[in-house]
Amino acid sequence: MRKVDVVIIGGGPAGLAAAVELYHKGIRDILILEREKHLGGILRQCIHDGFGLTRFGETLSGPEYASRFVRQVQALGIPYQTDTTVLTLTPQKQIYAASSAGYLAIQAKAVILAMGCRERTRGAISIPGTRPAGVYTAGVAQAYINLQNTMVGREVVILGSGDIGMIMARRLTLEGAHVQGVFEIQPYPSGLARNIEQCLHDYQIPLHLSHSVTEIKGVDRLESVVVSQVDGSLCPIPGTEKEYPCDTLILSVGLIPENELTWMSGAKEDPGTRGPEVDEHFQTTVPGIFAAGNVLHVHDLVDFVSLEAEELADGVARYLPAEGLPDQPLLVRGDGMVAQLIPGRISGKEDVTLSFRVRRPVRGCTIELRQGDKVIKTIKKPKALPAEMLRIPVAAGLLDGQEDLEVRVLC
Amino acid sequence: MLRTFTCILCPQGCEIQVELQEETAATRDRKITGNRCPRGAAYVTQEIEAPVRNIATSVLVEGGELPLASVRLTRPAPRERLFDVMGAIKKVKVAAPVREGTVVINDVLGLGSDVIVTKTVERGSCDRTVKP
Repeated sequence: MRKVDVVIIGGGPAGLAAAVELYHKGIRDILILEREKHLGGILRQCIHDGFGLTRFGETLSGPEYASRFVRQVQALGIPYQTDTTVLTLTPQKQIYAASSAGYLAIQAKAVILAMGCRERTRGAISIPGTRPAGVYTAGVAQAYINLQNTMVGREVVILGSGDIGMIMARRLTLEGAHVQGVFEIQPYPSGLARNIEQCLHDYQIPLHLSHSVTEIKGVDRLESVVVSQVDGSLCPIPGTEKEYPCDTLILSVGLIPENELTWMSGAKEDPGTRGPEVDEHFQTTVPGIFAAGNVLHVHDLVDFVSLEAEELADGVARYLPAEGLPDQPLLVRGDGMVAQLIPGRISGKEDVTLSFRVRRPVRGCTIELRQGDKVIKTIKKPKALPAEMLRIPVAAGLLDGQEDLEVRVLC
Repeated sequence: MLRTFTCILCPQGCEIQVELQEETAATRDRKITGNRCPRGAAYVTQEIEAPVRNIATSVLVEGGELPLASVRLTRPAPRERLFDVMGAIKKVKVAAPVREGTVVINDVLGLGSDVIVTKTVERGSCDRTVKP
């Protein structure tokens, strides 16, 4: 069995940033395994601009952002293999993969999980109706248009106000389609405010909050969708049905971290994020298996995926010499307003960055970090939205190393 | 008249308020609040006087590993000209290999912005051909 110090599963933004950072920390025996033909992950089809402002201080398209890392990987000579799908990951960090070059069996000292996420589909949200062609997830429509030069339809309805859905509303409009509207089941948008402005308002595409698609009609091709208003518990209100003739329905209804290999390795799930539980070094509950990026929790900005993966690389570099890291005994917990809180455990002895989302939009709130009865940090926010991941750095000097850490959102 | 803008220059999406007076469209002496950085004030000024946007789309590639190379503008163009710019970009066809950063249209429609390739496409053959 081939031996490699660090195997990185996934050659998207998280995997690439981790690889480059590991190299700079003196780790040379690295192998990136990527299932697609090219490195870069989903960024290759995200041709719009707006990436990189935090990481590089300028605004780039997705392919340009990815190529900054791909070029570094290639220039540094970091080994990678594309067209390679990992099939099995064991708790002992053995990796089995299928590729056009043959079957691979690798024993790693450390494994970095960077598989990213995939889209929720029609099946995941159970829309009643027939099963015609013309129903796509936003990312699939994006791949057809931006990678394969195939237009998906002409009369379009979009369900879900996720960022990819809004970006596809603009993209489809620029390509000559007519987007009738974006329907969002929640009473607030799930994407960023800038995308509502530049993708919907600019093109006079209406956004209907508290609405959902309640029926899909059509035999071979989609013919229409029925949209209903929903009540406070998100149930359709009878009598509010309205039919929209269309040939295309785009779903932008959420992303699911792709954790099949994670669970195969025996890593424990974090009930808050539904991804693996990690400590401040992004190590899962299986020693030597680390996770960062969208496989851990879905990010809204790739810049933070890169930063997170670079922090992870630091943990991996510290793990390797003795194949172990010091204990992380303190739990990190959030109150009822806190969702997607990372990490789950900390040492209380080192600087750490907490990331999380609020569960519903709030104006004028205070974020309070407590250990026992002691408030160690407070941050005032004029507004906080579920669409925006919050990142709160906590200096080691503030932490006492004894008590669990609690995150509260007071409003 | 008080108007509210959502800044699109970064993901923070600041809500920026500006007090507009009717006698002039210029905002340089107006009170602008809510922006967390100076770029927000510049954005609102631009937005009132002449909104500009960047756009991303693709150009056809012949003999490439992919049928398309993605492109964007080097500088944002007037918002009301975006569909004209799309029309100009649609006419472009390039031969592989095409490199990231290559200018495919200089000064598109005289708007002072170039159209550049954002993804390198090597020579090769792609499974899919152009479809209507």
